[in-house]
Amino acid sequence: MDINGLDELAYLRRSGGALHVGALTRQSTLERSRLVAEHWPLLIQAVRQVGHAQIRNRGTVGGSVVHADPTAELPVALSALDARFHLRSPRGARMLTADELFLGPLTTALDADELLVEIELPPLPAGAGTAFVEHARTHGDFAMCGAAAVVVPNERAAIALLGAGPRPLRAGAAERALAEGAAPREVAALAVEPVEDGYRRALTAELVQMAVEEASP
Amino acid sequence: MRVSVEVNGQVHERDVEPRTLLSDFIRHELGLTGTKVGCEHGVCGACTVQLDGEPVRSCLMLAVQARARSLRTVEGLADEGALHPLQRAFSEKHALQCGFCTPGFLMSIEAFLRDKPDPGEEEIREALAGNLCRCTGYRAIVEAVESASRELRGD
Repeated sequence: MDINGLDELAYLRRSGGALHVGALTRQSTLERSRLVAEHWPLLIQAVRQVGHAQIRNRGTVGGSVVHADPTAELPVALSALDARFHLRSPRGARMLTADELFLGPLTTALDADELLVEIELPPLPAGAGTAFVEHARTHGDFAMCGAAAVVVPNERAAIALLGAGPRPLRAGAAERALAEGAAPREVAALAVEPVEDGYRRALTAELVQMAVEEASP
Repeated sequence: MRVSVEVNGQVHERDVEPRTLLSDFIRHELGLTGTKVGCEHGVCGACTVQLDGEPVRSCLMLAVQARARSLRTVEGLADEGALHPLQRAFSEKHALQCGFCTPGFLMSIEAFLRDKPDPGEEEIREALAGNLCRCTGYRAIVEAVESASRELRGD
């Protein structure tokens, strides 16, 4: 089945401070959006690292989400931004958080008759800085590890990890420490506690530290 | 399925199997063999064509998905036998050896220069990142893009 003909699912809108991204919005449309650059810069920082321009011209935001590759950029950025995923089926509509939607590698909570129709993002808190940092063996390839950070100094923080587990992971303990003013290195050590593989753990710690430093104004 | 698609300004109609790749359709059905097929999974960039003016991988699309859309392939660059400035720059700067990757490069960069007529070297290298060349080492390709951008701007 090909849903590319559903033009009504390709849109970027801001209403009531929230961003509404239709599932069929092309990654390149997101990348070029001034609205997104101004209010949700993390999405721009993340989408620029998705494949190459030729890929982003066809790839969709919703496609990246439901593909649920644990090393894909957009699911990690959306997780850090507290996205809400709107699903529709003949039985009705429901809304899931990133934690509820992403179950494992290439596996989501979508039922067989369900379609992701929209991704909704709350406004970024005032004064927030953001960063998306990743390491890929080849430019444009899927990254091995990465981190997304949203930081309001001494107030609140969100950190999501790429490639650190079977799905995008939020680093709750590290977020709380960061909000309480912990140093980036301590925050990074907390964030990688659940990462089992030694190399990924060391790499992710570096990337979290870089992301936190870059996102802290 | 019946497919009607505009390619380089000319409308073509064919019956195709729904699973036919756009790259195979372009080469085998339309006989436009300028578009090359390398990796067939979106990595090498050799099959890049323009869909409604934007560069895309023709190996990652089905022919039926191009229905009622407009395609441009490398055959659409030259104007009545006169090479496009970008093609001429590739030739003059020795930006190709075997030439297999060249059509993909040309279709990517032609669109890039429309968006960014005066790119810096870093921007050019970023724009080239989606196309692989195993012969040249890219230096000559970067020079060709710089040279073509100057000519297209009329400098």
